[in-house]
Amino acid sequence: MSAKSEIMQRIRTALEDVPDIPAVDDVPVPWEFGRAVDLSAAGEILDVFVERVEDYHATVVRCPAADLPVAIADGLRATGATSAVVPEGLNPDWLSAADGVRFTVETMPHLSPHELNRIDAVVTASAVGVAETGTIVLDHSADQGRRALTLVPDRHIVVIGADQVVSGVPEAVALLRPAVEAGRPLTWISGPSATSDIELSRVEGVHGPRHLYVILVQERP
Amino acid sequence: MTTERLTPAPPPGELIDSPRFPVAARRELGNAQQRRNLHHATRTIRDKRAQAVGEMDNWQELRAAGGAIKSRVLRHLPEYLEQLEASLTRNGATVHWAGDAAEANRIVIDLVQQTGSTEVVKVKSMATQEIELNEALEESGIAAWETDLAELIVQLGHDRPSHILVPAIHRNRSEVRDIFLAEMGNYGTPPPPGLDDDPVNLADAARGHLREKFLRARVAVSGANFAIADTGSLVVVESEGNGRMCLTLPETLISVVGIEKVLPSFEDLEVFMQLLPRSSTAERMNPYTSIWSGASEGDGPQNVHVVLIDNGRTKALADPQGRTALRCIRCSACLNICPVFEKVGGHAYGSVYPGPIGAILNPQIRGTDSAVDRSLPFASTLCGACTEVCPVMIPIADLLVHMRSKVVDAKKAENTGVHLPHAEPAMMKAGAWVMADHRRLEAAQLATKTSGKVLGHFTDHIGALPWPLSKWANARDTANPPTQTFRDWWKANRAQEEQK
Repeated sequence: MSAKSEIMQRIRTALEDVPDIPAVDDVPVPWEFGRAVDLSAAGEILDVFVERVEDYHATVVRCPAADLPVAIADGLRATGATSAVVPEGLNPDWLSAADGVRFTVETMPHLSPHELNRIDAVVTASAVGVAETGTIVLDHSADQGRRALTLVPDRHIVVIGADQVVSGVPEAVALLRPAVEAGRPLTWISGPSATSDIELSRVEGVHGPRHLYVILVQERP
Repeated sequence: MTTERLTPAPPPGELIDSPRFPVAARRELGNAQQRRNLHHATRTIRDKRAQAVGEMDNWQELRAAGGAIKSRVLRHLPEYLEQLEASLTRNGATVHWAGDAAEANRIVIDLVQQTGSTEVVKVKSMATQEIELNEALEESGIAAWETDLAELIVQLGHDRPSHILVPAIHRNRSEVRDIFLAEMGNYGTPPPPGLDDDPVNLADAARGHLREKFLRARVAVSGANFAIADTGSLVVVESEGNGRMCLTLPETLISVVGIEKVLPSFEDLEVFMQLLPRSSTAERMNPYTSIWSGASEGDGPQNVHVVLIDNGRTKALADPQGRTALRCIRCSACLNICPVFEKVGGHAYGSVYPGPIGAILNPQIRGTDSAVDRSLPFASTLCGACTEVCPVMIPIADLLVHMRSKVVDAKKAENTGVHLPHAEPAMMKAGAWVMADHRRLEAAQLATKTSGKVLGHFTDHIGALPWPLSKWANARDTANPPTQTFRDWWKANRAQEEQK
């Protein structure tokens, strides 16, 4: 007997007491999925988003769409980056104001981990923002690039549009399902890399980018 | 053992051979430094958790939903596992099944050997701790590098984890510095000279030490917090980015996942991604969560394997009352709130699963044959704080009592010759008789008040007692009986208010 059929047999024997009815009828789940979270007590949704991203010690700036190239140049300067990698799908106009920064647009074949490790920063768009938790989700579509791009360089400049920010986790999960069904991975980012492993005191900056610089654009960029 | 090893050796001996809990607890209580470290750490995380949970108006609804989703999965596990396997396979992953630890280790070793690599980088994973994968890999000439900061501290310290979430919770910053200075250089990039004990600099030393290992790694081993049946996705929840490194940079990814980790649908994540971070690290959200569905073209590992393990879980599943323990999402809230864990730490439990949930899961999964597993359900005061904080509503205190009776039954079945009465049920019965009538209760309280007054002249607590009370008193000091009962106090202080 294969390991699988042996385990399945053990499970069926273990569950002999369970009636043979559909799972959803056997155990109802008292929860309505995909609802918006009421943040009215905390403030306006974008303000809550900014406050909670900053709570993780990330930097957040807000700007009108027309000023985005300047905001990106400022972000690279503020984090001390002189080189940056960008995914192939990123709008090249966004980089037009960053004089003096050496940009690498990643095409095939991909950069090796060691090559990525020699680049200071990465600039990407994003998929969804979650106000209640201060989370930014990447669905790794063309303007966000593969996962390693936003991981190995030490500074992540990430752009999010005001209309991409939702109230809470339930709305975000509902929006992200199509990307998962398309086979794309997701990365949820809440602040820079951190650890609480030493005496449970929080320290920012371990293996992931130690600087998270968020640009919230008034209209969709 | 000589220095032939590839990775730091853990302490000698097997966890299953650990002494009974009261004996191990006495040993651990002798470590004053550890007691101070634990006190500080558990208090800190407890307060933070209360704050993070207090922000949520619908916390109880979320808990109920989380518990129900997990119960639905457990009661209908075959269909969800079939669906998970089909979805993962469709997404380009290869699914393997392992009945026990030895089978799981064999599968992982074979997969690593097929790649020709002699090392793996590891994401923190309870399942691989449970099956003792690192030692199995070491014996096959494969070095397993732990990359979570706390796991790194434990591995370099020739130590064992003492907590589910923060395995080095028993170590303070200066101990961590000493371990790094003594050991890091033996296994890769050394720490910067003159390293001090500032956690910022210690984290920086870990970054420096592990970076080269991440960049050269060809194989990673992970666990998973959740395995989603309908989309065929695995989820890893973490903080440092070591998980992302392991899940993204190597060509081969092997994930070892317990069969109880399945969630029916991607939507279910909205419940668990609200419950888990606030319960474990006490944050609104953990820094990084990675979700991947098999092999994603042009992004990350293309050789993707998932090893589904039973390893005793079906034994827990076979107990209709006990199976709720398999809802556990390994958040650690029950450890952090537990007054027993706070004092003795995780090593006394003789397992990778310490604390209240470990006191249930270990005898369920490993059975009640060993001395340590028989003692674990008794490693609790039954105060019920664990039940209150559990994000998936596992009735932990009830299950501890349930497992106590299972241990007693197991012992009875063996001792068919000499029959010693079990003291606890007899005492409970006597207590019920006294409490059923207020006159009997008052008479009993008069006796305890008198004994309290008399004892108070000699001592402030009761220590050792003769059998059968020694069963209780050997591991516990008992306060003297009070000189005033609650009923007397109420009459003196509140009776008048009541009349108003």
